[in-house]
Amino acid sequence: MTTRGRVALKVGVWAVALAPLAALLYGFATDDLTVNPIEYVTRQLGETALRLLLATLALTPLRIVSGWSWPITLRRLLGLLAFFYAVLHFAVWIVLDHFFDWHTMGDDIAKRPWITVGLTALVLLVPLAATSTTGMIKRLGGRAWRRLHRLVYVAGILGCLHYIWLAKKVLIQPWVYATILMLLLAVRLWNSGRGLARRAEQKKAQKIVIGSRG
Amino acid sequence: MRLRYSDVTPEKLYLSRRELMAGAIALAAIGCDVGAEATAAPMPAGAPLKATPNAAYRVQDAPTKFDAATTYNNFYEFGVNKEDPARLGQTLKPRPWHVQVDGLCAKPKTFDIEEVLKVAPLEERIYSLRCVEAWSMVIPWIGYPLAALLKQVEPRPGAKYVEFTTLKDPEQFPGQKPGFFGGTLDWPYTEGLRLDEAMHPLTLLTVGMYGQVLPNQNGAPVRVVIPWKYGFKSAKSIVRIRLTDTEPKTAWNKAAPQEYGFYSNVNPKVDHPRWSQGTERRIGEFRRRTTLMFNGYADQVASLYTGMDLKKNY
Ligand code: HEM
Repeated sequence: MTTRGRVALKVGVWAVALAPLAALLYGFATDDLTVNPIEYVTRQLGETALRLLLATLALTPLRIVSGWSWPITLRRLLGLLAFFYAVLHFAVWIVLDHFFDWHTMGDDIAKRPWITVGLTALVLLVPLAATSTTGMIKRLGGRAWRRLHRLVYVAGILGCLHYIWLAKKVLIQPWVYATILMLLLAVRLWNSGRGLARRAEQKKAQKIVIGSRG
Repeated sequence: MRLRYSDVTPEKLYLSRRELMAGAIALAAIGCDVGAEATAAPMPAGAPLKATPNAAYRVQDAPTKFDAATTYNNFYEFGVNKEDPARLGQTLKPRPWHVQVDGLCAKPKTFDIEEVLKVAPLEERIYSLRCVEAWSMVIPWIGYPLAALLKQVEPRPGAKYVEFTTLKDPEQFPGQKPGFFGGTLDWPYTEGLRLDEAMHPLTLLTVGMYGQVLPNQNGAPVRVVIPWKYGFKSAKSIVRIRLTDTEPKTAWNKAAPQEYGFYSNVNPKVDHPRWSQGTERRIGEFRRRTTLMFNGYADQVASLYTGMDLKKNY
């Protein structure tokens, strides 16, 4: 991809990802956030966080399936945007929903699995965001960094679980997200299975070569 | 004197959403109670319905804005989102309409809706409404005690419960059409009360609100309102009321028995599995309120449940 193409892609991602926040700010300015604004804002931010998290998780499968390399250049940006929305979502819960009622919030975190997993997902994203800079990648070394950043899968799974658990059982939306996540993970699994098979194949071929020598 | 909505909705108590959010910020900064300027209460639209205000049943809090009470509704017959009922409500045809009242009674009868309206004088009562989802409203309903209707059919001594059935007609209720992944609830929607709960003077057979005929999205043409129970107990668009000797199966109980019990009395001490019922957000207010036992009607209804374990009978 050309440099111009890459820049256009990044600008596009920024625009799409910030649109939900812009819509909320516009709704706030025009007094148009439904009659239960706190609930509405919480849900919009949570749903956007989950979408961006799944978008982040979709980049590697997209590369695997298509062979393109550009999806990987968006990984950090999308991941940080997902984290940004998750933090806003959490902040709204603390400030607007519960207004610093630590006792009730502590109770919720301890007693309600859907809150517990939501918070765990957010906590898992913190070290990932903190080590997202090029400097940190160098400092940790590619291998350790990659291993650490596998936590994003766990965060994705917990994010989906959070939604499934909090929604009424009769709603399908949470299952749609969970299905997408499953498909994305399946692509990776299939790919790493393929990689293992290829390596085993190579080993066998090597042995044969060595054997024929003797 | 006839009460007008500009009378029952005093200025200060309404917060527009914008003021609400601005209030939130101001509040965060100074940490005091929200106060905001006056916003005029809208005059209700739709056909007016005359009723005599009953001062004995009138909560002191200001009624929720009419717009909020008619656009933020749980009515799964229209769809699972709260804006669906207001958006799709026109598909429901509240006339002609019949209500079949039968079961264990001496004089079962099918009432035409016009007859229903004349069983007893219409009164206006301002009740608070507590949704199981931990939000609440204050609504001026128009109707009369359900007991008046039930007395007309003369319940037999064996009758212990009352079952309400909502209309089932996917043409009028798009939410009842089976979706791609199957339906939401098991239609028709049914709800139920113990007979003594149904006969309680607070239990209101309701045909209007805010001085007008009940809007479709609020359960036209006739519903019940049981103010000490979570909102979903108050069945809407009723076509049948059946007296029975066995506890009726109820829609949400069938869908999620561990979350929605038969009684579903408002009880701040019994949590919903997914959230605390200790507080509620009054629509139009910023800070949560503490939820009152039986939604503030404890002195009138607590005696119905003496000796019962309300944790078990949630
Ligand atoms: C990565 C972290 C998280 C993700 C991806 C996430 C995602 C979501 C999603 C998708 C929803 C449903 C939105 C809808 O109904 O349209 C939601 C709702 C919600 N989340 Fe989260 N969430 C996260 C973390 C948290 C945390 C840390 C908390 C609080 C401790 C929290 C509290 C809530 C609440 C209160 C709701 C609203 C539930 C309701 O209105 O019924 N979430 N979240």
